Amino acid sequence: MLNLTLKQLAAELAAKRVSSVEVTQYFLKRINGVGKALNAFISVDDERSLTAARAADELRAKGLAGPLTGIPVAHKDIFCAKGWLTTCASKILSNFVAPYDAHAIELFNRAGAVIAGKTNMDEFAMGSSNETSYYGPVKNPWDAAAVPGGSSGGSAAAVAARLVPVATGTDTGGSIRQPAALSGVCGLKPTYGVVSRYGMIAFASSLDQAGPFAKTSEDLALMMNVMAGFDARDSTSLERPTEDYTRDLAKSVRGLRIGLPVEFFARGMAPDVAKEVDQAVAEFRKLGCETVEVSLPNMKLSVPVYYVLAPAEASSNLSRFDGVRYGYRAPEYTDLADMYKKSRAQGFGAEVKRRILIGTYVLSHGYYDAYYLKAQRLRRLIAQDFVEAFKKCDVIMGPTAPTTAFNIGEKAGDPVQMYLSDIYTIAVNLAGLPGMSIPAGFGDKSRPVGLQIIGNYFDEARMLNVAHQYQQASDWHMRMPQGIE
Amino acid sequence: MKWEVVIGLETHAQLSTCSKIFSGASTAFGASPNSQASAVDIALPGVLPVLNRGAVERAIRFGLAVGATISPRSIFARKNYFYPDLPKGYQISQYELPVVQGGALTIMVGDVEKTVKLTRAHLEEDAGKSLHEDFHGMSGIDLNRAGTPLLEIVTEPDMTSAEEAVAYAKALHALVQWIGICDGNMQEGSFRCDANVSVRRPGEPLGTRCEIKNLNSFRFMEQAIKYEVRRQTELIEDGGKVLQETRLYDPDKDETRSMRSKEDAMDYRYFPDPDLLPLEVSEKWIAQVKATMPELPKEQQKKFVAYGIPVKQANMLTANRETSTFALTTFAGAPAENVPMLANWIVGPLNAKLNQENVLISQCKVTPDLLRTLSMRVADGTISNSAATGTVLAAMWAGEGDPDAIIEKRGLKQISDSGEIGKIVDQVLAANAQQVADYKSGKEKAFNSLVGQIMKASKGKANPAQVNALLKQKLGAR
Repeated sequence: MLNLTLKQLAAELAAKRVSSVEVTQYFLKRINGVGKALNAFISVDDERSLTAARAADELRAKGLAGPLTGIPVAHKDIFCAKGWLTTCASKILSNFVAPYDAHAIELFNRAGAVIAGKTNMDEFAMGSSNETSYYGPVKNPWDAAAVPGGSSGGSAAAVAARLVPVATGTDTGGSIRQPAALSGVCGLKPTYGVVSRYGMIAFASSLDQAGPFAKTSEDLALMMNVMAGFDARDSTSLERPTEDYTRDLAKSVRGLRIGLPVEFFARGMAPDVAKEVDQAVAEFRKLGCETVEVSLPNMKLSVPVYYVLAPAEASSNLSRFDGVRYGYRAPEYTDLADMYKKSRAQGFGAEVKRRILIGTYVLSHGYYDAYYLKAQRLRRLIAQDFVEAFKKCDVIMGPTAPTTAFNIGEKAGDPVQMYLSDIYTIAVNLAGLPGMSIPAGFGDKSRPVGLQIIGNYFDEARMLNVAHQYQQASDWHMRMPQGIE
Repeated sequence: MKWEVVIGLETHAQLSTCSKIFSGASTAFGASPNSQASAVDIALPGVLPVLNRGAVERAIRFGLAVGATISPRSIFARKNYFYPDLPKGYQISQYELPVVQGGALTIMVGDVEKTVKLTRAHLEEDAGKSLHEDFHGMSGIDLNRAGTPLLEIVTEPDMTSAEEAVAYAKALHALVQWIGICDGNMQEGSFRCDANVSVRRPGEPLGTRCEIKNLNSFRFMEQAIKYEVRRQTELIEDGGKVLQETRLYDPDKDETRSMRSKEDAMDYRYFPDPDLLPLEVSEKWIAQVKATMPELPKEQQKKFVAYGIPVKQANMLTANRETSTFALTTFAGAPAENVPMLANWIVGPLNAKLNQENVLISQCKVTPDLLRTLSMRVADGTISNSAATGTVLAAMWAGEGDPDAIIEKRGLKQISDSGEIGKIVDQVLAANAQQVADYKSGKEKAFNSLVGQIMKASKGKANPAQVNALLKQKLGAR
C-alpha cells in the first residue's frame, strides 16, 4: 500500500480487496508513527477520519463510489473544514474551529474522500520553507536537515513520505510547485479561477489558487477532476464546461513545442539543478518534442512586483484577524486600540508582520501610485510576455526552484534570499497561468530537483499529458525517501 | 460685509434589497442582534463577497432618475480601517470609478426652482453597530446591519443656504422612495445625510469646509448648518481660521462639535478589491431597468402645471408617488374648471387628515372617484365648499362612500332660494344694528362678520355667493 498511486489505490478499493477503513487506518498509523518526526500535520483526528472512511465504505457498498471515494486526502491547514481546527499555521487562529467547509473540501467530501488531517504550512502561506509556521518547521523526508519548501510544505512532505497518497495545497507565488520540487513530488497550480477560493483563507486574493499534490501526473488529474469547478460564492471563479483532466494523458507528445525561456537558463540556477533540468528536457526531445527558445524579458521584475502586490492584498486580507469575533485575543489590554495591537502583535509571526507592514506601506497615501499602481502595470507586462512566448510554443519548461532544498535555518534570517527561491514560479501566478512541478532527478546532496511545466490558460490537461508521458519514460516520481518505511 | 455660504451634501440611502450587498443574509430591520449576520458578514476566514445585482439595479434606477451617466465599468475598492463593527477591517465601497457619475436634481426653494448638480453616486456596504450600553464596561457588536447596501449620493457644492440644503434633501428623500430604491425611513437610518459647509466672501475661492455628521432629521440639518455658518463667519470675523475637520451635530445643545481634524484623518489605503470583478453594466441592462422606471416627479409636475395648477402646488402634489398618482387619477375624469379645487382639497384638507391619522393616500377610503363627484356638487351649487371639505369629506373618510347620499342624509343641500336667504339676512341685520352701523361708517370688516352670522344662522347651508349679493344689496338699500 505504501507506494501505491491514487489510481492504483482506487482500483484496490473498487475491487474490494481493501476497505477505506483499512486504507485510512494504514495511513493514519503512518501519520501518527513514522510521520510524527516530520511535523507535516497540524491536526489529525483519527476518529473523525475513520468515521468518514466508514461512510465511504457504505457508499461503495451501495454502488455509489467514485474514483476518490474512500481515499485519504491531507488538506493544507488553509482550507476551512467544518469541525476541524483551521489555523493557517498561525497563533492568531490557533483556537479556530471552522464552522463551514471550503468549496474544495465540499467537493472532496461529496466525492467520498476521507480527510486524513490538516497539514502544516508557512503561517498564512507566507514563506518558502515552512519555517514560519507557529507549529514549527516541517522536515524534508529526503533529508531531515532540509526544508520541504513552502508554503505548502506539510502537504508536499506528507506525500513524499507516503503518509498520504495525495494532498491539497495552495499556490500564491509558488507554494505548491516549489515544495513539490524540494520534496520530490508532483504539484499543480491550476489557472487562476479554476478552483474556487471560497473557504480558502486568503493571503493574496488575486494570486491564490488551490491545487493538488500527488506522486504522479495521472493522480494530479484525478484530483483536479474533483477540485475544479465553478462556484458562485467566489466571484473570480470561472464558469466553464466540466473537464476530464485525464482525457489527454495517453496522447503522444511527438511534435510538441517546448519553450525554454532564456531567462530561466541564463543565471541563478544552481549547476546541479541545471544538470537535471537539461536531462529532463533531453528526455522530452527523445519523446519527439521540439524545443524552442523563448524570452520572458520582464520576468526579472516578477519578484519585486510580487512583493508589492501580494503584501498589499495580504495587509488588507489579514485585517479581519483582530481578536474581536474569533481567534486569538491578547489576555490583557487597556482599551480597544491596545487590544488590537496586542492581539495582532502576539498573534502574528515575524514574516506575516513584515508583509503586513510592506503592504500597508505600499498602499499608503503618496506611495500608492509609485508602488501598487506601478506593480499592477508591470504585472500586465509580465503576463504579456507569456502571451508572446506561447505564440511560439505549447508549453514552457524550466526549473521550479533555483536550488534543491536548503537547510532549515539557512535562509530564515534573510528574507530576500528566501523570496528569491520563488524566482521561477512567481511570474506564473502574476500571469494567472497554470504551472506544475514534477520530480526530475536529484542534485548534489541527493535532494530532489523539480522540473516546472507552464501551460497556457486552461491548458492543464495538456500539461498533465506532457508530465504523464515523461513519467511513462522515467521513474523519478516513484522513488521514495529512505527510512520512511 | 456679506458672506456667501457653500454647501455640498453626501447622502447614504439604504437600498431596499431583501438581502445584503455581498451576502445572502436578510436586511430586515429590528431582528435580534447578530441573527442576520452570515459567515460573510461576520468575515469568517475564507469567505468571499458576491455582488447583489438588485443593489446595482437600484443604483441604475437612481442614475436614470437624475439623468446621470451609468458607468459601463466601475470598480469596487477596499477602504481599510479598524473598528469592531467593521468585521473585515475594510469596507467595500467604490472609490475611483463609481457606478453613477454626474446628474442633477431640480428642487423648489420656496417659489424658486433650483438645480443641484450631483458629482456621483456609488455603491457600498454599511458597517455593523457598536452597542456601548448594557455591557458593563464592554461593548456589544451587532452585525445585522453589516453589509446592508448603501448608495452614497454626493452633490457638487451647489447649495447656498440651510433652506436649500433641506429642500434638496427632501427632494432626494422623495425621489429615492418614488423610484422604489429606498424606504426613506430616517428613524431606522435608511436615509442619512452629512453636510459639507464653508463660507466665503462673494467672488473669492471656496473657503475651508467642515463636514457635519449626525443630521438625522431635516430639522436638525437646518439647525446644524445654520449653527455652523454662524460659527464659521464669527470665527473668521474674529480673525480666526476655519480648520478642515469633521464635526458632530448635537441637537440637545444645538451646536456642532469637532470630532476629528484633517490632521488625524485616516489613510484608508483604498485599492481595488481583488475578490470582486469590475462591475460591468451593459446598455441592455440599462434599457431593461429603464423599461421598469415609473414616471418621474418632474414629468408629473409638468402634467399638473398643464392642468393650470401653480408650480408650487404641483411640487406639493408630487411630494410622493402615491399622492401624485392619486391626484392624476382624480383629475383625469374631472372638468378642467374643477381641477384647481380638487388640487386644493388634496394638498389641503385631505393631506391634513392623512398626516393626522398616519394613513397612506392609497389606503384611505376617500377615492379619486368620490372626490371627483364631490367636486361636481360644489361646482353645481348643491353644497358649499366648506360643507364639502368639512362634513362630507369627514363622512367619506369614515367610509360612508357616495357624497350624494351623505349630502342627502345630512340635509346639507345649499339654500339657494333667495326668499329664504333674504329672511335670514333680515333677521341677522335686525339683531346686529351695531355692526350694520360700523359697516356704514366704513369698517369693511363688519361685512365679513355679518356674512359669518348669516351662514351660522343657516347652519352653513346658505349659498355664500347669494348671501354676499343679498347682504350688499340690503345694506346699500338702508
